[in-house]
Amino acid sequence: MNHDAYSDAYIRDILATNRTIAMVGASPNPLRPSYFAMKYLKQKGFRLIPVNPGQEGNTILGERVYASLAAIEEKVDIVDIFRNSEAALGITQEAIAIGARVVWMQLGVRNDEAARLAEEADLKVVMNRCPKIEYGRLSGELSWAGVNSRTLSSKRPLLGPEGVQHRVIATKA
Amino acid sequence: MTEERAPGFNTLAIHAGAQPDPATGARATPIYQTTSFVFDNVEHAAALFNLETFGNIYTRIMNPTQAVLEERMAALEGGTAGLAVASGHAAQALVFHTLLSPGDEFIAARQLYGGSINQFTHSFKKCGWEVEWADTTDPDSFRAALTPKTKAIFVESIANPGGIITDLEGIAAVAKEAGVPLIVDNTLATPYLMRPIEYGADIVVHSLTKFLGGHGNSIGGAIVDCGTFDWLKSGRYPTLSAPCASYHGITLAETFGNFAFAIAARVLALRDFGPALSPFNAFLILTGIETLPLRMQRHCDNALAVATWLSGHDRVAWVNYAGLPGNAFHEAAKRYSPKGAGAVFTFGLKGGYEAGVALVSNVKLFSHLANIGDTRSLIIHPASTTHRQLTDEQRSRAGAGPEVVRLSVGLENVEDLIADLDQGLSTA
Repeated sequence: MNHDAYSDAYIRDILATNRTIAMVGASPNPLRPSYFAMKYLKQKGFRLIPVNPGQEGNTILGERVYASLAAIEEKVDIVDIFRNSEAALGITQEAIAIGARVVWMQLGVRNDEAARLAEEADLKVVMNRCPKIEYGRLSGELSWAGVNSRTLSSKRPLLGPEGVQHRVIATKA
Repeated sequence: MTEERAPGFNTLAIHAGAQPDPATGARATPIYQTTSFVFDNVEHAAALFNLETFGNIYTRIMNPTQAVLEERMAALEGGTAGLAVASGHAAQALVFHTLLSPGDEFIAARQLYGGSINQFTHSFKKCGWEVEWADTTDPDSFRAALTPKTKAIFVESIANPGGIITDLEGIAAVAKEAGVPLIVDNTLATPYLMRPIEYGADIVVHSLTKFLGGHGNSIGGAIVDCGTFDWLKSGRYPTLSAPCASYHGITLAETFGNFAFAIAARVLALRDFGPALSPFNAFLILTGIETLPLRMQRHCDNALAVATWLSGHDRVAWVNYAGLPGNAFHEAAKRYSPKGAGAVFTFGLKGGYEAGVALVSNVKLFSHLANIGDTRSLIIHPASTTHRQLTDEQRSRAGAGPEVVRLSVGLENVEDLIADLDQGLSTA
């Protein structure tokens, strides 16, 4: 699979059909991109489970922090990697071991060997993308900031349940 | 619509950024003529102000009509994000305010719109941003002007008024070597003729007032973030690469990735200086953009016919139009702008200053005014108007000497335009 570019359908399907995200490298610091992403995705209805050995036992945004993926008792759909490209390999192997469906690496994080291993185990892989930005882009919310969503549609966007300034992802364009 | 095919330019000009209105199903973009927007609750408001989530707060900073225009501009230029503001001048001021601090320098081509020359020479100087001038036809002159304080390079893709086609790739190479962003004013070309991102531009600016709006009815400006510059690398752009005091210490380039520059220009400079675009202007400009491909092609075709006719006229000393074979920039035009050489060009009258004044007074179809890029054909004598505030030397370097007349060729029947110039020249 080509990891230089992803079709919108591929990303949309992953975001629309998965619910539980284990965020590896989650930070309690409200200024960090991982905190922003966690807060936003929670608001969009995802279940977020932070993983950070240095924060084990603490909570981030009200969620208990685990030391490792293996320690999580519930089923994880997406493993979201906020660590560097080298660390992504080990984390991907753990993601495969816990039966996750998707390995998602953040902006600037790319490990092709990890991707190959994951795909051989039938997991989907996304690299060098932020799920917050992709959700915003495909739902239309990012367009409010003048960002090029690189989508075209003649359909009305879907309103979110919370109010008029919220969009949810459409399952097709 | 399948996702494997990228939509064509004409399709993007009509559709990019726009979807039917979710509240009513309205197909045309509504004009959100409102100053403010209600919040769902206190948490929602806080998230908006902290930049944790996107949405609408206040029309000085964002507006849904304007957002469609911004995304459309980004899509047409091939960039990551757009920011629409009150004027092209405002767009430039916000770009430089986001990048430079007092004591910094930037290099600009001498061959620029007179308004930009004034802005750089006077108001930017007052902010402590020093301009070093270089020759848009000579990338080495930019290299020679580099100093350790240089923070940006600025050129026009097709230069106003003389229709010079800039060697964008050559200058982009200098910018890349120096680790500074290349800012390109693409007003005269529009992305229909040329997309500076394809030649190494990092930021593109526009006066939407001109060919993009296209109908001479709305002043507006735009910034397009090409998403190509690494703001974190050198540490010389702390607005983007250092913790932002204004937003609790987040680092904008980390949080917003390849559209961080557009966000920074909006949430800092636009927020604090306030040159906001009117939602009504945004709507009119958007409507104009829908026909950009048709209009630009007709503009270029008409301009070529008028320039060709003028070059055979006995009262005309020279015509500067890159579309004419033999022009110094004809080959550059074929390379950078193959669909056409634009619609703005100058010509020199053998009768000098007085002949220029006489011609602009005699024409009956061309409008004598300071603008370019209208459906209507326009004429001006720069030496007595747009470039009046410059020195003789600046005027001459900018291609606006005493005998020079500038045309912006519109969409009328070209025979009518030629007839008007013919009768106007008969007494010039």
